[in-house]
Amino acid sequence: MSDATVPGGLSRIEAGYLAQSRRRRALSTVLGIVLLAMLAAGFGLADSRNAGGFLDGLHRIGDFPLELLSEALARADRIPGLMAHYLPSLIETLNIALSSTIIGTAGAVVLSLLGARNLAPARWIVAPVRRVMDLFRALPEIVVALALIFALGGGPVPAMLAITLHTFGALGKLFAEVNENADPRPVEGLASVGAGWVQRMWFAVVPQVAPNWLSYALLRLEINVRASAILGFVGAGGIGYDLKVAIGWGQGRYDAAAAIFVLLILSIILIDQSSERLRNRLIRGKA
Amino acid sequence: MSTVATDPTLLPRTERTILSRFSRRRLMGFVLPLTVLAYLVYAAFALDVAGLAGRFRPENAVVLLNDSWSYRTHVTTDNRSGETTVAIKGERRASYDATHLPGWVSRTGETTRVALPDGSAVTLSPGQARFDIAGRGTVNVTAGPHGVTATVPDGLPADWLSASNTRFDITVPGAGRLSVTKSRSEVQRRAFGWAMWFFDLQSPFHYMSWPEIGRALVSGPEIRPGQSNLSAMLGDWWHNGMWHHDMVFQALFETLLMAFLGTFGAAIIGLPLAFLAARNFDPLGPARFAVRRLFDFLRGVDGLIWTIILSRAFGPGPLTGSLAILLTDTGTFGKLFSESLENIDERQIEGLRSTGANALQRGRFGVLPQIAPVIVSQLLYMLESNTRGATVIGALVGGGIGLLLTQAMITQTNWEDVSYYIVLVLMLVMTMDSLSGWLRQKLLKGKDNA
Repeated sequence: MSDATVPGGLSRIEAGYLAQSRRRRALSTVLGIVLLAMLAAGFGLADSRNAGGFLDGLHRIGDFPLELLSEALARADRIPGLMAHYLPSLIETLNIALSSTIIGTAGAVVLSLLGARNLAPARWIVAPVRRVMDLFRALPEIVVALALIFALGGGPVPAMLAITLHTFGALGKLFAEVNENADPRPVEGLASVGAGWVQRMWFAVVPQVAPNWLSYALLRLEINVRASAILGFVGAGGIGYDLKVAIGWGQGRYDAAAAIFVLLILSIILIDQSSERLRNRLIRGKA
Repeated sequence: MSTVATDPTLLPRTERTILSRFSRRRLMGFVLPLTVLAYLVYAAFALDVAGLAGRFRPENAVVLLNDSWSYRTHVTTDNRSGETTVAIKGERRASYDATHLPGWVSRTGETTRVALPDGSAVTLSPGQARFDIAGRGTVNVTAGPHGVTATVPDGLPADWLSASNTRFDITVPGAGRLSVTKSRSEVQRRAFGWAMWFFDLQSPFHYMSWPEIGRALVSGPEIRPGQSNLSAMLGDWWHNGMWHHDMVFQALFETLLMAFLGTFGAAIIGLPLAFLAARNFDPLGPARFAVRRLFDFLRGVDGLIWTIILSRAFGPGPLTGSLAILLTDTGTFGKLFSESLENIDERQIEGLRSTGANALQRGRFGVLPQIAPVIVSQLLYMLESNTRGATVIGALVGGGIGLLLTQAMITQTNWEDVSYYIVLVLMLVMTMDSLSGWLRQKLLKGKDNA
């Protein structure tokens, strides 16, 4: 209709639109090419700085797993016994992950309520709490764990504390985002009848956001199990440490390493699957 | 509404259901926290929290905290030759040369006087050491071939001292430490900061004050002929022999490289595989099953095991680290992307099909625009979390800042290096954090407006 009154109006809009989309598509293509070039250059650089080159090592990549597998198969009768032997270490690793996830979640709940712009008891507290969470999140667990091992001696507690600290920051940020999307009406309703801050949070916010919190906490548990195994590898006990020792024994004794691999992979897959099922139920059950 | 009231059987039944649900909820409200609490008590025993008190080494904690923000300078006099050295942390490569001693050391003949921060002072000469402790009196120590003897004023706290025939030690909080053996006497003086972080002792700029450096930058004569003072300063800082900034920043770059290569490589491999794993794009059941199990396998084997396997093939270095991140993340991306592919709106594709678009065109114009926001946001999120992860992977495979960190930590003395690396890692991770947040907002919000 309008192109009847403005001659050439529609075609001008069409030309403008096509030019714009062409420009955007050209930009995406250029960006993609730049990204690919950076990747190629990056891999070249990483390859040149590596102790062994990619092409030299490629044919050797199967050697270690095959060796492990053949030794495990040759002494398959010993594997169940070895798995039973290493079960306590696995339980220690899982305990580190689970307890740090629980304590970390509890801390993250408090931090996230203080760090959510719409819920904090005072406005000035939001920024410092957020910076503290950033700091906790940015610290690599391995650094905290090694420093704590030096000060606290060995054992699983340094690893547990290191993972807990990281969980404060990682979950705190995610929880704070959930909190900021919470419906303000129940909070206002409680405020109007004179409820205190803790009461408002407990009765108006927690019931709304708890399923989301729990789902993020489960996801964090999956991550923490892996982190706990890695920290064991650098000296914090648990299955990671046993794995390091077993691999150090070298050829001919790989059946122990194979048993640990099986334990580790099975427990990670099991935890991933059950956490995923629980998370699906939490999210769907709410809708 | 009225039907509920008039039906005599419905109301009690509804009431019963509601009440039983309530009581179950109330029960859960008790049972759940109790279970968690019981587990935590069990975990405290299983992880041996009580044994912590026995293993705690407070002296290590003090060393760690002190060395991360301050440094010791050792002044040592050889009791036989009378030779005196002033060196940071007692390291030979960090010795002051005799013409450029710090202001708090004064030498007359064979006697050296060390002024300490709280007004105390130590005077060293071959075979003799005197510690004038502010407000406490004077400690005199004599050292010779027959042993070490000391006279101590009354009323010094016992835990400051440790003495034997061959060795005498005194640590005065807030002042410093004197230790005398038969062969040498040594004073340790602590000062705030990271020693020689800007310039090492080989650099002429180390011996200049800040105003002098400022003047040299603006006007002064060229300290190294043929080179501007600015470039000389930057060069000296970059090649600092104590802190090795050049090496550290290369390592930091390597860490970032690992994260970048791992994340983007995984996305490029994961995206096509995700199409095979999505129910609505891959009608072949077995292929879908196989690809999904591959994703589970890649994630289940986990970065730790991948690093072990890859290190065996490629040796230590950034490539090994990149590939370890790439393998695990391919599993994660594949799963995430295939889930978002299954959730896309089919109508857009049907619309394109009705115009006669082929499969490639449908994918480009019907599917990609729908999942692009998910891809971009996941990619940025992973890049940010992998930057920190690459530090850990680097410690395992031996590359990047993670390697430097573990190396410095294993020495258990170079805590100032450790804190420097931690500050750099924190800055890098936080920068990536805000960069990815900013980019996400820019890219995704921009798309919504368009």
